[in-house]
Amino acid sequence: MYKVLLVIQREYLARVKKKSFLIATLLTPLIFPAIMGVFVWVATEEKENQALRIIEVVDESGLFFMESSEQYAFSSSADNLEAAKALVKSGERYGLLYLPDLDLTAPKGIQYYGLENPSTSLVSYLESSLKRKIEDQRLFAKGIDPAVLKEIKTEVVLQSLTLDESGEETINDATVNYALGFLSGIMIYLFIFIYGNQIMQGVIEEKSTRIVEILVSSLKPFQLMMGKIVGIGAVGLTQFLIWVLLIGTLSTVVMAVFGMQMPQQQAMELANPELMASNPGPGELGAILQVLSGIDFVTLVVAFVCYFLGGYLLYGALFAAVGAAVDAPSDAQQFMFPITIPLLIAYMGLFVFVLQDPTSSVSFWLSIFPLTSPIAMMGRISFGVPFWELALSLSLLVGGFLGTTWLAAKIYRIGILMHGTKPSYALLWKWIRSSQ
Amino acid sequence: MLVINQLNKTYGSHKALTEIDLQVPAGVIFGLLGPNGAGKTTLIRIINQIIQQDSGTVELAGKPLSPETIRTIGYLPEERGLYKKMTVWDQLIYFSRIKGLTAKEAKQRVTSWLEKMDIANWRNKKIEDLSKGMAQKVQFIATVIHEPSLLILDEPFSGFDPVNAELIKNEILALKEKGTTILLSTHRMESVELLCDHVAMLNQSKKILDGTIRDIKARFRPELVQVTLAGLTQALPSSWQVLAQEEGRVELQLSLQGKGVNALLTELMAYGEVLRFQELLPSMEELFIQQVKSNSHV
Repeated sequence: MYKVLLVIQREYLARVKKKSFLIATLLTPLIFPAIMGVFVWVATEEKENQALRIIEVVDESGLFFMESSEQYAFSSSADNLEAAKALVKSGERYGLLYLPDLDLTAPKGIQYYGLENPSTSLVSYLESSLKRKIEDQRLFAKGIDPAVLKEIKTEVVLQSLTLDESGEETINDATVNYALGFLSGIMIYLFIFIYGNQIMQGVIEEKSTRIVEILVSSLKPFQLMMGKIVGIGAVGLTQFLIWVLLIGTLSTVVMAVFGMQMPQQQAMELANPELMASNPGPGELGAILQVLSGIDFVTLVVAFVCYFLGGYLLYGALFAAVGAAVDAPSDAQQFMFPITIPLLIAYMGLFVFVLQDPTSSVSFWLSIFPLTSPIAMMGRISFGVPFWELALSLSLLVGGFLGTTWLAAKIYRIGILMHGTKPSYALLWKWIRSSQ
Repeated sequence: MLVINQLNKTYGSHKALTEIDLQVPAGVIFGLLGPNGAGKTTLIRIINQIIQQDSGTVELAGKPLSPETIRTIGYLPEERGLYKKMTVWDQLIYFSRIKGLTAKEAKQRVTSWLEKMDIANWRNKKIEDLSKGMAQKVQFIATVIHEPSLLILDEPFSGFDPVNAELIKNEILALKEKGTTILLSTHRMESVELLCDHVAMLNQSKKILDGTIRDIKARFRPELVQVTLAGLTQALPSSWQVLAQEEGRVELQLSLQGKGVNALLTELMAYGEVLRFQELLPSMEELFIQQVKSNSHV
């Protein structure tokens, strides 16, 4: 038994000591916020630096008045289409909007001219403002004042609460639940792939260098395989733990910073009662914080660790078997199929079914079936899952990994000593069935 | 030391070993010869308990093979490999512990072996940064670190330059002096003649030759002698094969044809002065090729 511990120790230390592990572990929690920050920064910079673009309007009906925005200004200095075109050609105007004498019930023939292709944002901006203008005109023709209509328009924000048997109410938010389910599902998917691949590479290394022949004379192939899987799994858990700690610390710091800004925000709201009226209740950030505080993070983290371990062990054994069956990583592709397909189904299912409707029957079965449950169930956890479903799903997962481990051990035992044979599924099946 | 009885192994329809009997006496260097695919690796793997035989027995020091006997075996596979990203030190400690040494024993022995092999300065280098010969030395240490009583070496000299090959050869001989039994599997016949006391040859899953080098050579001697004569007193019989003739000296190659060596020598003395009289013995190389050819029925 202590020899298995030696193997676990080696696999663990050999990876944790690497610089690349340290870098990935410390940087990943910073990279995502950093990338998002860069995007926001670039977008705001672009908006600020963009010169005002003037668009000439030739309106033959005389019905339209286009309001200028931050990015676009409208002028109507040209008398006819030709003169306006000349302005565009000379570069005095960015573009030209031509509005013929329109039939408002079926507006046709509106054209845009420019020296370059208009951006989609400009096209949709023009389309939506014209649409609004034409609708206003038609409302007016039917005797409805657009100003009255605007006054009637109402915005509804639904606050969703869950009620449990003891009568306790928790505020929740589908968007926050969605984000949490999305993140944890993706994390498990990536963890299984990244660490599964490490198992496979490790097995191939030991096989191709014949290290395995020295090792299996001292310990059983099964011990060697499990030592490797457990050792690498421990690396994954370490990484996850560091991430939880880092993100926890970072978010505490962020909360503290935002917490100080809160009074300013409230002051602004007070100074601007109109804003207050349109946005009742606490600020948006406050709402998210309130929702986050309602989520059972302990359950989430415990479930994550359970499903990570279960899913990792289940797929890890398969990755080990593939590594044992082939001579080089390039041969592994043909056997990756049965591993990637269920993972991809779980991944797609997470977006198409589970996150859209966590309680649908497809979502239920995806989160019960052991090959897909680690990813699918994580998508459901934050929405709340009955205990019996969790218990069923987890016990099937345990059964699942015992099954794949048994299967993989049979392939591994024979595969690691085979060289030069191109294995096929038929051959693998023979190895599984052989008793010695 | 190692006694193998009626060993059989089949892979599917392919017979890898057929009724192999082998006795390796303690404290000798035993050469295991044979062309590629003869079954040497299969035999070695069975002794190492990497695979199981179909039938037959293997006994090591009077006991059947068991997980405990493994500790007494050291195995150097033909295609070498170590963990590329691990340091020399970590690697040797790991293999020592896997072979059952305590942490303390492992440290002591690794330290002394690194010094003996003249690579103590490299202990914190990763294997990928070492030259091939250096890595081979590390691998050799990994094989003998637990002081096995049976050492199985598969082509131990490949990859070494002459200086390091000499170093390894001396280490092998030193281990033999200490009483280690060594099973040497190789194609290099010159190292067989130099090192081995005893050889066995496998071909197409069967043992075709077994014995001490001297016995085998004697058994297969072609009954030929080479003779140098000077001062010829009469014409030589025309049936004698003359190899060279210059300045009154004649080089001859003669077949004994069932005659005794002394009888032939007496006969020769009648023709002149015998300067040289040497019986031709086959080299292991010739024996190897001849045996493989005559025993292959394809």
